[in-house]
Amino acid sequence: MLTVAAAKRRGTFALNVRFELPTPGVVALFGRSGCGKSTAVNIIAGLLQPDSGRVVLDDTVLVDLQQGVDVPPERRRIGYVFQDTRLFPHLSVAANLRYAQKRAVGAPYVDLAAVTSLLDLAALMNRRTHQLSGGERQRVAIGRALLTQPRLLLLDEPLAALDEARREEVLPYLETLRDQLAIPMVYVTHDFAEVLRLATHIVLMEAGSVTAQGTVGEMSLNPRLRSIIGPDEVGAIIDGVVLGVDSSSNLTRVRVGQGELNVQARGLAVGTALRVQLLARDIIVSTRIPQHLSVRNSLAGIVTGIHGDDDDSDLITIDIGAEEIMARVTKAATRDLSLRPGMEAWALVKSVSLRGHAFAARPK
Amino acid sequence: MWLTPSESEALRLSLDVATRSVACSLPLAIALAWVLTRYRFVGRTLLDALVHLPLVLPPVVVGYGLLVLFGARGVIGSWLEKAFGIDLVFTRNGAALATAVMSFPLMVRAIRISLENVDRGLEEAARTLGAGGLDRFTTITLPLMLPGILAGTITAFSAALGEFGAVITFVSNIPGETRTLPLALYTALQQPGGEHAAARLACLSLALGLGGLLLSEWLARRLRRLLGR
Repeated sequence: MLTVAAAKRRGTFALNVRFELPTPGVVALFGRSGCGKSTAVNIIAGLLQPDSGRVVLDDTVLVDLQQGVDVPPERRRIGYVFQDTRLFPHLSVAANLRYAQKRAVGAPYVDLAAVTSLLDLAALMNRRTHQLSGGERQRVAIGRALLTQPRLLLLDEPLAALDEARREEVLPYLETLRDQLAIPMVYVTHDFAEVLRLATHIVLMEAGSVTAQGTVGEMSLNPRLRSIIGPDEVGAIIDGVVLGVDSSSNLTRVRVGQGELNVQARGLAVGTALRVQLLARDIIVSTRIPQHLSVRNSLAGIVTGIHGDDDDSDLITIDIGAEEIMARVTKAATRDLSLRPGMEAWALVKSVSLRGHAFAARPK
Repeated sequence: MWLTPSESEALRLSLDVATRSVACSLPLAIALAWVLTRYRFVGRTLLDALVHLPLVLPPVVVGYGLLVLFGARGVIGSWLEKAFGIDLVFTRNGAALATAVMSFPLMVRAIRISLENVDRGLEEAARTLGAGGLDRFTTITLPLMLPGILAGTITAFSAALGEFGAVITFVSNIPGETRTLPLALYTALQQPGGEHAAARLACLSLALGLGGLLLSEWLARRLRRLLGR
């Protein structure tokens, strides 16, 4: 468990954050550029001293200014992956990795061979850092941070400097890290697609403060998210489970809540945790059992809430058993269907976005 | 060899004095560059100006100042004599001190610029990898400063070979002890029929200076390539 409560004033900018991360897990510090995400991460790393506050990782107090505790960054055992990689230009890739390895303390849980294979670094070892592509540089930087045997990994917009293709090249490695090492991570980003791929938790930051936090599923229904990602991206994110392949349609059956969705995906083993996003704009609400429709996916549930979205539309939340989804309907439709909490409803899902495989969190 | 014994003696002496001068001033120059770059304190500008003073003062004034401070009856000089038996006046160590003071600003300048160019972010990265203060300095900061340190050393060495005013004022012109190349050249010019010797010594100085500058440039380029810049 990582607990952060810190305040820091810098000129006119005031940071005041408070959040918790259950470990293992990946918490996304999400918000617009300049909202204080990096400042928060630097406080956790120890590169910046807060004016007041506490940072506690598991049982270790890293900062508690009231008690006069402030562990220097070199003794925190926290890995840090910087946006600009900060590889040492006077050292080769191998020497960069050894630099971290030599200074590691505590019980090693990942060795050079494991890091090399995990991040595909074997071919890069003898190169100098300026001979690497952006994606390769970032992989080396991640490997270097891992070799300090960190108890926590901080990633400050590690993909922001990369183009779309390079990002796709690095993302799978980050997923592997999350799943195989189960190392707790704090991932700073302003890109919601990265959050969807990697995070288990979201801490939402606006203007130096944490405005909401929770699991990705909970947060996907949080109205505060809308102002940052935009109305078109609003929608439930659910970690479903692959049930099998429907032999007649060749579609993969995925359990979400008590319902089931058929999605186009191949090669997924039964039991795989699959993250799906059901955008509110892609869901049609019916108050009767839907029939004679081309839409194949329908989920039965109970209306739990009606929230004004904008002048013309409402967001309807529907409990589909253990999970909630969200649909956008016009205010006129809300009125005509007399939608109200507690009534039965069917959600017709026009399309399902697959957002990678979900992290099957194994709480310690 | 086409140099006369006294000329080659002057050359050897020049190299010896310049080596001593650079060897003693280099650690001090690195420390001073560090202090001037990394710390903000009262009197920093004054310290900076003091370091650069030899660049704008007539060398004779520097030599005179050294005489006052380090001479047999000078505050520091008499103490050095009493405590360590070190005599600076009329010795090659004195010549080294004079050239060190004169070339010090060149060295500090070059090292300082290279230190300012060291990305503090790399030091932070090293910190997160577990490197403490001294560890960071020796493994990250110092290697990245190397181009500047080399450039500063070579420039200062070349300047030290040619220092005239401060040396002749402070330690006089003693053959085999303080008569370095420029002093030998000056002496040759003072003697009837010394034009040939003077020309040879001038060419020698020219070759040494040019060689130093070219070497410095070549090394800097190699290092830059090594660092991928």
